Formats: sequence, structure tokens, C-alpha cells
Amino acid sequence: MGSITLRNVSKVFGEAKVIPSIDLDIEDGEFVVFVGPSGCGKSTLLRLIAGLEDVSGGEIVIDGKPATDAPPARRGLAMVFQSYALYPHMSVRSNIAFPLKMAGMDKAEIDRKVADAAKVLNLTDYLERKPRQLSGGQRQRVAIGRAIVRQPKAFLFDEPLSNLDAALRVNMRLEISELHQQLQTTMIYVTHDQVEAMTMADKIVVLNKGRIEQVGSPLDLYRKPANLFVAGFIGSPKMNLIEGAYAEAKGAKTVGIRPEHMVLSHDSGSWTGTVTIAEHLGSDTFMHIEVDGIGTVTARANGDFACRHGDRVYITPDENRLYRFDEKGLAL
Amino acid sequence: MATTHTHSAARLMMAPSVILLFAWMAVPLGMTIYFSFLRYNLLMPGMEEYTGFLNYQYFLTDPAFFAALTNTLLLVGGVLSITIIGGIAFALLLDQPIFGQGIVRILVIAPFFVMPTVSALVWKNMFMNPVNGLFAWISRSFGFAPLDFLASIPLLSIIIIVAWQWLPFATLIMLTALQSLDEEQKDAAEMDGAGAVSRFLYIVLPHMARAITVVILIETIFLLSVFAEILVTTNGGPGTASTNLTYLVYAQALLQFDIGGASAGGIVAVILANIVAIFLVRLIGKNLEA
Repeated sequence: MGSITLRNVSKVFGEAKVIPSIDLDIEDGEFVVFVGPSGCGKSTLLRLIAGLEDVSGGEIVIDGKPATDAPPARRGLAMVFQSYALYPHMSVRSNIAFPLKMAGMDKAEIDRKVADAAKVLNLTDYLERKPRQLSGGQRQRVAIGRAIVRQPKAFLFDEPLSNLDAALRVNMRLEISELHQQLQTTMIYVTHDQVEAMTMADKIVVLNKGRIEQVGSPLDLYRKPANLFVAGFIGSPKMNLIEGAYAEAKGAKTVGIRPEHMVLSHDSGSWTGTVTIAEHLGSDTFMHIEVDGIGTVTARANGDFACRHGDRVYITPDENRLYRFDEKGLAL
Repeated sequence: MATTHTHSAARLMMAPSVILLFAWMAVPLGMTIYFSFLRYNLLMPGMEEYTGFLNYQYFLTDPAFFAALTNTLLLVGGVLSITIIGGIAFALLLDQPIFGQGIVRILVIAPFFVMPTVSALVWKNMFMNPVNGLFAWISRSFGFAPLDFLASIPLLSIIIIVAWQWLPFATLIMLTALQSLDEEQKDAAEMDGAGAVSRFLYIVLPHMARAITVVILIETIFLLSVFAEILVTTNGGPGTASTNLTYLVYAQALLQFDIGGASAGGIVAVILANIVAIFLVRLIGKNLEA
């Protein structure tokens, strides 16, 4: 129903080659997250799929039919924008009804669909309000409501949670995931936040400078990063990347070790170092440690591990969970 | 205590300008009201005497008054509709990315900087003149008899001239409104299946409502008192065909030397302008809230 295929898709703005060439398959019903640092072309890629930008080359196939030159409305996709893009002069009801009205649906049918969508999204009491009278989370839900009434082949989300506060973001993250479970419709979600990517995605597409660095399930990317970029981007706090004598001893240019794959101790271990900063989160403690002969390393310890700035500690990296990378940054 | 002192000190400092401004408005208004109750004709100096409401009675029963009232409303309404529709159309065009956008925009704004007397004379002598005018030349080259604009359609001619002057203002305000429209809203409407016309009707036009309100209010204030264009083109004629209230008051005072009657007319014009203002604010003022 909602499979999307990109073949050699490229996008050029004037001189700037934003997306050199991308091939990607999105299966029906998948929750795909495009993730990458800002300016990596992930929003452009989403707009190309939506049809809001024209491709400079290559082709887009939606649901088995070529859609490269189709106008946005014909592609059967719905988009939720970063600013929500609600129509400020229309009530919530008219906002949600707008795509149906444009499709020329009759009034009774529109009312029924709007009521259904409002019920799913807990908006029934707010239908007569204007967008400016709603909170951020409610606006977000109206934007989603406007998308779901069209029963699109796929939903496109462009950083939809970046304008919400932290607590609401966690909530909406769950709501969107639940919505995906309910509807089983393809969703493409763009974010720069790797936590959102890890928690929501069936499949993550890591983008960097307009290129796909790696595609895979969240745990695939976490366990088997294909290169240094993915290794550094996925996981929080970031993986420690160590060069020099220690890496050479392991037969690699760079060795990566995640903060959570180190054992800390007060009495013995393979490395010794001085704690420069300790961040106590309660459940965990993240420590920045100046390790002798290695450099600065971030390590995670249990929240009960007692340490303070300036303490000497012993660290033992888990040798089975080392990542090795060659000169080009590719995993060995 | 300090703030109380500051407040009274501030009031004291501001008093001269407030008093000056108030006097500036109150004295002429008071004198006009005073004159409107006098029989005061410049041809009979020293004969002023109190006449009660007689000046008002004469002014309001004068057939020229009703002609002038209709002309005023037609002038305001005509210019408003041309400038608003034209202004939106020009704004939509100027919003498109074109080569030499900056120069084109300056050219469009230019008529606003031409003073009313000059532009009316340019129109009168270079465009609408039945012998030498551009329009006469065009109709002659198609074999038609040239139209004597200011003699046969005087009011419409003045509406065209004034609309030409005010179109840039409307265009400018509409253009800024258009450019402040969120791109994502347009994108969203496009995704929602709205074509160019629907996008304009449902998204762009409601977004411009406030700008349209501003244009209507500001233009109405100025258009109620159009004078120079009438004086240099038709002198209010033929007959009273292009006389508006402002021009009628001028004719009463400085052509018939009837200061009393002109003052009464001035007060009537003030009252009418206030009625129009109340209507406008009631009708469209809510667009300016929030």
C-alpha cells in the first residue's frame, strides 16, 4: 500500500549539491526515521518525497507507481510540519476538514471523519477553538489530525517535536508510536535527535552531507555501526573514539568503545585516570575521565558508584565490545 | 514616593506640548462652530450677526450638498475598490521572483511620491486631454472620436487619477503582508490538495485581512478630503458633477465668500466623517484585534 522507492535521487540548489545520489527502499507499514546533523539534507529528502521540491535527477516510486513528476496532492502523502503550519484563521474543525473539503467530499462525510479523528486524538472538546488558543501539544495533535483524515499512503513528519518542551516531547513520542501501531501506515520521520530515532524507528536512515551512511534497525546501528560517523552519532553519550598506540595494538586506526561498556573500580583495572567531571543522574553517573596515555574518555557507572572531581579510578574496557575502524573510517 | 514625584514632574514637563496640541485642535474647531452660527459674508464686512441654525438649514437643503455627498461616497468607494483589488493583484505579481525585482518595486511605488496637484495636471494635460492627450491619440488611431474625459465622465476621471496615486500604497502594504505568510502554511495547503485558486482564497486572502483593513482605514481618512485633484482638473464641474464635500465647503467660503455657510458645511463634513469612521471601525475594526 505505502511502499516508497527512491532511485538515484539527487537535488541541486544552484551550485550546491545538497543530495548527490540516494537509493532507498521503504516498505509498506514501516516507521522509517531519517536522522543526521543539521544541514545533512534530511529535510530536503523529505520534501522531495512529498513533492514540495522537484528532484534534479533520479526517480521516486510511490506504491508501485512512478511519482517523480506528480504534484504533491496526487502522491497521497500527508505531512506534519515543524511549525505545525495550522491555518490560524480557521477553527480546529476547519483545519482538520480542509484536505477533505479540497477533495470535494460531501459535508456529512467530512463531519463524520473529523469527529473520528478528533476522538482518536482527544481533540473533541477543542474543535471550535482557533489554533492560537491551543497549547503546543494540542496544536501538534491538530496537525496530525489534519494528516490522518486523508487516509494517506504514508505520513511524513518534519521534526515535529522540536518545538515542544522535554516532558511533552516524550509524551508525543509515545503517542506517535501508538498511532503507528494503530494505523499500520508507512511513516517517515525526520529528526536530528538520535534518541527519537532509536526509540521510534523500525528502520533508521543515517544521513550525512546528503549521503546515506547506513540503513538498519536501531539495534543494528548500535551494535554494528558501519563507519565512524554512525558510531559517533548513534548512542548517548557518544562512543569514545581512541587513536594512537592503543588502537595500533588492536590492529586499527581508531578504536571505539561505548561509555556503557566499561567497568569502573576504585581498586583495580587495566587503565587508570583522573575524574574531571562527574554528572550524577541518579540512576547513572557519567564521568569524564582523563586516562593516562589514552586521553579523555567518557564512562558510565552505576549511580551508586561514589566518585568526585579529582578522584583516581580504574577502568576496564569490555574487550568483546570494541569497535575497530580503518584509515577511511570504515568498520573492520 | 519617588515615582509619584517623577509622575507629576513628567506631567508638568509634558503639559506645554499637550496644551499646545489641544489648543491647536480646539481653537479652530471652536471658531468654526462659532462662525457657523453667524451670518458672516466677506462681501459685507462688519455686518456679522447671530442667525441660529439658519446656515445649517441652507447648507443641508442645498441640492449641491446631496450631489456632493453622493460624489464623496462614490469617490471613496471607487478608489478603495480599485486600489484594494489592484493592490492585491500587483502584490501577487511582485511577490514572484523576477529579474530586476528591486527596480520594478521602486517603479511601482513611484506614483505615491508625486504630489497630487502635479499628478492631476499630468493626467489632465498628457493623458485625458481630448486634443493632445495620449488616450485621445489612441482612440483616434483606432478611428474613434476621442473622449473628453473631464467633461463627459468627470467623477470617474478623478477616481482614476486618485486611484493611480493610492495604488502604490495599497500594493506596498499588501506585499509586506504577503511576504509575512509562513511558507510552511502554503506547503501544507499544497499537500492538502488545494490548487492555486483555493490556496489564494483560503490561505492567502484571510492572512491579508488585517492589511486590507489597514488600507481601508487609512485610505478612507485621506480620500474623504480629496481636494487638489478636483481643483486643478474640473473645478468641481460641470455643474456639481465632480464636487465633493471638501470642494463644496471651499466653494462656499472662497468663491461665494459665505464664511458662515462654509463653517456650517465644515461641521457637517466632520460629523459625516465621524459616522463613516464609526461604521468602518465597527465593521472591520475587529480584524485589528489580537
